[in-house]
Amino acid sequence: MIAGLRRNVGGRLGAAVLVLLPLTFLGLFFVWPVGAIMARGLFAHGSLDLGPIDDAFRDPALRHVAWFTAWQATLSTIATLAIALPATAVLSRFRFAGRALVIAGLTMPFVLPTVVVATAFRGLGVDGSLAAILLAHAFFNVAVVVRVVGAAWVGLDPRAEDAARTLGAGPVRTFTAVTLPALRPAIAAAASIVFLFCFTSFGVILILGGPRFATLETEIYRATAQLLDLRTAAALSVIQLLAVGVALLVASAAAGRSRRVSRTVATGRQISALREWAVLGAALAPAAVLVGWPLLALVRRSFAHGGSGYSNLTTTPGGASSSGLHALGTSVEIALVAATLATGLGLALAIAITRPRGRRRGGRRVVARLTESLAVLPLGVSAVTVGFGFLVVFDTPPFDLRTSWWIIPIAHALVALPFVVRATVPPLRSVDPHQREAAALLGAGPARVWREIDARIAARAATVAAGFAFAISLGEFGATLFIVRPETTTAPVAIFRFLARPGATNIDQAMALATLLACVTGIVALAGERVMPGRRSI
Amino acid sequence: MLRVAGVSVHYGSVVAVDRVDLTVADGEIGAVLGPSGSGKTSLLRAVAGLEPVASGTVTWDATDVTAVPPHRRDFGLMFQDHALFDHRDVLGNVTFGLRMRGDRTEARADRAREMLDLVGLTGYEHRRIDELSGGEQQRVALARALAPRPRLLMLDEPLAAVDRERRTDLASELHRIIRATGTATLLVTHDLDEAFTLADSVVILDHGRVERAGSARAVWRTPGSVRAARFLGVATELTLPIAAGVITTPWGPLPAPDDIGSTAWIGFRPADLRYRAEADAAGAATDEVTGTVRATWFRGDHSVSHIDTAVGALVAVGRDQPPIGTSVAVRADLEAAVILDSERYAEPGL
Repeated sequence: MIAGLRRNVGGRLGAAVLVLLPLTFLGLFFVWPVGAIMARGLFAHGSLDLGPIDDAFRDPALRHVAWFTAWQATLSTIATLAIALPATAVLSRFRFAGRALVIAGLTMPFVLPTVVVATAFRGLGVDGSLAAILLAHAFFNVAVVVRVVGAAWVGLDPRAEDAARTLGAGPVRTFTAVTLPALRPAIAAAASIVFLFCFTSFGVILILGGPRFATLETEIYRATAQLLDLRTAAALSVIQLLAVGVALLVASAAAGRSRRVSRTVATGRQISALREWAVLGAALAPAAVLVGWPLLALVRRSFAHGGSGYSNLTTTPGGASSSGLHALGTSVEIALVAATLATGLGLALAIAITRPRGRRRGGRRVVARLTESLAVLPLGVSAVTVGFGFLVVFDTPPFDLRTSWWIIPIAHALVALPFVVRATVPPLRSVDPHQREAAALLGAGPARVWREIDARIAARAATVAAGFAFAISLGEFGATLFIVRPETTTAPVAIFRFLARPGATNIDQAMALATLLACVTGIVALAGERVMPGRRSI
Repeated sequence: MLRVAGVSVHYGSVVAVDRVDLTVADGEIGAVLGPSGSGKTSLLRAVAGLEPVASGTVTWDATDVTAVPPHRRDFGLMFQDHALFDHRDVLGNVTFGLRMRGDRTEARADRAREMLDLVGLTGYEHRRIDELSGGEQQRVALARALAPRPRLLMLDEPLAAVDRERRTDLASELHRIIRATGTATLLVTHDLDEAFTLADSVVILDHGRVERAGSARAVWRTPGSVRAARFLGVATELTLPIAAGVITTPWGPLPAPDDIGSTAWIGFRPADLRYRAEADAAGAATDEVTGTVRATWFRGDHSVSHIDTAVGALVAVGRDQPPIGTSVAVRADLEAAVILDSERYAEPGL
């Protein structure tokens, strides 16, 4: 009995550590900095002061920025849906050789660094236009639509459509009366996620927008880094947070209504007729061109001038602190640490959230829900706000981290954490509780049950999540730009600096480094995906 | 010997199992029989230690195991959905329990082979779980549960996941295997055939309470309550007077049990009432009751008909399907009648 009691206490202690460690991390590196920004924007001399926010709303230039932020996000979302939905339809409905490859090709861009994509569009020579911004946003977010809507579409019960056909509806009528309503929640969820990403987009606007286009996100950066107007920056951050909060509420309401997707269904017809191939090609072409053309242009452009862009990457240009290749090395180092941190903390949270509940107590389920919501919260806060918060908060001992190397991996881990939690909770939740019980009845204690049943699933999910976190860290730009120091220049920051300098040599180097960064990111993301068979559910 | 005494299982304010007593002797097969939602799976889980008990004790021989966690109870459970480890092959599944208790590799393989031979899966060691049919999976689950020689084997609806054609075979096979190992076995099921084919003793559970417990034969013959009788297949119910210790039935006198008052409730299963086509009452024998066919169903090897008679509505079997509205004569197997005190079970809805 005493041994059992001690074990029980040990188990509870372990469980507490599983939750407390990540929550402390989130509290220290997310709630505190973001809270400090909000306090700065909302309070002055210890009392509520909406003056700066009011000023921001009155300022016609800032009003224009806020208006443009919402407007471009709306247009980007529409453009994304217009390009991605036909592709999603044929990918969900048809089986054909190379389908998996097309899906990988369309979803891979999501993990590419924003700076790389912006650079690629610059390579096309369309920068400084609204079209470039919209297309670059669509480039990233096609993946969101293909994944979210595709999963729902593949999971639709085909018998509902069969029933509609037997009840006298034609193909078009069946689509509008049965298929589309069933997909509406998934489309709404995908659209709100896309809107959110475009609303808080930073690197794309900064690089492709030129002087003409500014959003709240780039304006926060400008106010902080160039005008040193922290009050306006904080006020803009608060406005941004509120807007994002509303978008997230809409998103979760839309997602909440989406039906559970059954996985066992394998719908889809093998393509045979020439006419079907034509339909397939027509539906996939816009998305394929959107994703393929800039990437091909980037690679081609990177070899301009005899590939001097690559050879120059080893040299340290005047006015810069390190070479482009060195920045890539720094990025990889930081990404290793950030991915380890994010995976460790995220997995701990995921295990704590999904821990089997022996006694069906409601209280613990509520705690698990709250923990999960808190863990994915950084998803809704722009990276720029996080970076700005770091700058404001971590400047006094014992938390003077401004000069610490660790500040960047910590920021990256924070940005990646929600993705890790989102990637690991569903697989851990999918463990059949009967298997755990069967193992227990065959003599396995709680720790042994975890090792025998949960561990392999956790390990697989963690590998995927680690690859994803690694890719996110490699591409992180918004937060990094605030806290970067000359000796910790990352690849995206280096690319940004190359682009900002005049001369073809610098552009060549930007293109070359962007190509290398895209390769590293793509390889890591694909390697992570490969470990998880059947994860490519669409 | 397993002894369950006054065990209750609560889910919040819902009482799933209400002060249940039962015993399973060594080498005996006990069945808990009840409709779905009767609390039988909760009871099984409580015995296994997977569900905390609100009150009562679970003891093995003289030892109270109520507080012992499942992995140290030494009870085996075969889940309804088998819950096989699909990341391991057949051998990995069967040897799992042996590995947990630290047996050596060779000893584990020997025991696993012995178990696979017993369940008729010789040579299946390295098959993947998802390659097996439902019946094969069920046998792997049984081998896995039996391999560590548990002192109690528990089966949750063991044949529910098996095709109808294979059920009878598997039931007798299961019976043979359990008998061969001599393991005390507790079985829960909603299926009458499953319970009465396999079990020595039967407990009928309803709304979490024990309706009736006893040997399989005793429970079948005397279900103890109208509810239990209906659950055990009684379809014809008659209320008849008792005079001088004898129940007067249309088929002749039937000695009344001692504990019954002035009127008796008599129940028949369809198979215990047989009809034959008969044009008019004059043609009926003295031990036959005539009536009119109200409805009739063809069941393959026999037919079932609802027959309105002077004594009440009867559900009886016959070889042919008489046209509705025609007259038939019904003979009863009085030996098989279920007899209850009608005063005690007066309310029709009970």
